[in-house]
Amino acid sequence: MADLTDGRGMLRRKMGWRLRLSAGWLTLLVLAALAAPLIAPQDPLAQDLFLTRLPPFWMAGAEPGYWLGTDSLGRDVLSRILHGARLALVVALIAGSITCLVGGMLGLLAGFLRGWVDVVISRLIDIWMAFPPVLFSILLIAVIGPGVGSIILAIVIIDWTRFARVIRAEAMAQGAMDYVASAQIAGRGRMGTMLREILPNVLPTLVVLLTLEMGIAVIVEAILSFVNLSISTDDPTWGGMIAEGRLSVHQAWWVLVFPLVTLFLTVLAFSQLGEGLKDHFDPVLR
Amino acid sequence: MSFLSIRNLCLALRDTGAPLLRGVSLDVAAGEVHGLVGESGAGKSMIGKAVLGILPRAVAVTAGQILLDGQDLLALPPGERRRQIGRMAALIPQDPLTALNPSRRIGPQITDRLVDILGWSRNRAEARALELLEEVQVNDPARVLRQYPHELSGGMRQRILIASAFAAEPRLIVADEPTTALDVTVQKQILRLIAGMQARHGTALLFVTHDLGVVSKVCGSLSVLYAGRVLEQAAMRDFFAAPRHAYSAALLAATPKYTDPDGSLTPVPEAILAQVRAEIVAYDAGISGGKHG
Repeated sequence: MADLTDGRGMLRRKMGWRLRLSAGWLTLLVLAALAAPLIAPQDPLAQDLFLTRLPPFWMAGAEPGYWLGTDSLGRDVLSRILHGARLALVVALIAGSITCLVGGMLGLLAGFLRGWVDVVISRLIDIWMAFPPVLFSILLIAVIGPGVGSIILAIVIIDWTRFARVIRAEAMAQGAMDYVASAQIAGRGRMGTMLREILPNVLPTLVVLLTLEMGIAVIVEAILSFVNLSISTDDPTWGGMIAEGRLSVHQAWWVLVFPLVTLFLTVLAFSQLGEGLKDHFDPVLR
Repeated sequence: MSFLSIRNLCLALRDTGAPLLRGVSLDVAAGEVHGLVGESGAGKSMIGKAVLGILPRAVAVTAGQILLDGQDLLALPPGERRRQIGRMAALIPQDPLTALNPSRRIGPQITDRLVDILGWSRNRAEARALELLEEVQVNDPARVLRQYPHELSGGMRQRILIASAFAAEPRLIVADEPTTALDVTVQKQILRLIAGMQARHGTALLFVTHDLGVVSKVCGSLSVLYAGRVLEQAAMRDFFAAPRHAYSAALLAATPKYTDPDGSLTPVPEAILAQVRAEIVAYDAGISGGKHG
């Protein structure tokens, strides 16, 4: 029998629409990306100059099998979006996670250990943040050459500060709490305190940042594709499609709009997923 | 033979050198309860923090010894010092809301030190935690062990912190204003609980508070602090009968009385404060005079 006089233990949060919708969209996208070769109606690279600039299915002049129309080389827009999702998601997951790991760790060390470690990491963050990020990444890729690895590396190198700054502040605030002092009196070492006492308390923030970062990674990948610096130009990318669609927007708006909407929804879903997870799992509402 | 013996302890801010404790000496015998009273900023909590080795990084020990069971803590290497403190001392913190890790269950937060310091098995430690929670009168302890701190009230959390402080049978507990953050009705229960646990376990207690009423209920002796200087040390009975220092007397007179709820509050007279400050200035001058020759 539960305690009737204290409802604090009975608090349960229900899953909000924010979480359902964003998780739903991302699940759909992941499945679509995984199954892209199976479900894509056309070969994303196949050009057909007899079928250029076909409109989407509800408009006059549409062809069956080309649901979202074709671009000026006759390539199927839907198939290209589905295949483009693979790169976008790979970059989002891998770059987001590595950035989170690197930035989070540095922030945790700086915020908890303080002293010279903090001085070094904080100055590094200050210097780092003075570089204009997009130009920096373009420059970086121009130097190390395009490719999936380069995109990921560029995102990690640019964005680790985002994690480091926030986690440093959180770790500092947590480090001032009495429970940290108690752990130290009880003989727990500094690294043990950091990993077992502080880390669990910055995890909710870390998760929110991670999902935001995944959204940002998708955007950065799109920007780099837009300026033709991501992977080989033949492979479909959302950024590349947007760049091509821009040229023929008056004749075939769908080439621009569909990848753009997909990109928008994906980035939005990532950021909302983070907020939703925070609401759902942060037990304390500190 | 006192269990805790502080000899001429001086603390100062690292960067400005401003003194926080001025040659504090005090003794707490095994099983004795010693009160530290003083205004806020008098350095009461700093003494407790120095003993437990959790001084803020901006504060440095500039002189003195802290002897725990005859061993000078400040002379030990940091790792060994932490081991000794962990084995012999514990803290009952001021604010029960921040003193439990919000993202961990209650159980491991109590059993951690039993496993880490005493090397007990998880099962044995859990059985002990159950026993302790019963001793501090927590209802349904088995359920509480599985709960998170946010599911419990402030009074409950303070009980858990008390249980956790006594868990490894330390010989000294520093209680840093353990009732200040609680509301008045709960304060009394918690005080009684601490006093009872202390008596049963025979633990020495360093009780930091600004409330003379609280001191009179639990302590056997006390030190009155002002600006990091001990003005008077006395057994409780002697102190309330006849405080020796003018400041102590003024402090006693300033305590509000339940018997006279409409009476106005009496501040410590300015003349006495001036006298105390003069004493402290004289002490500081003596120190620096001694340094230069």
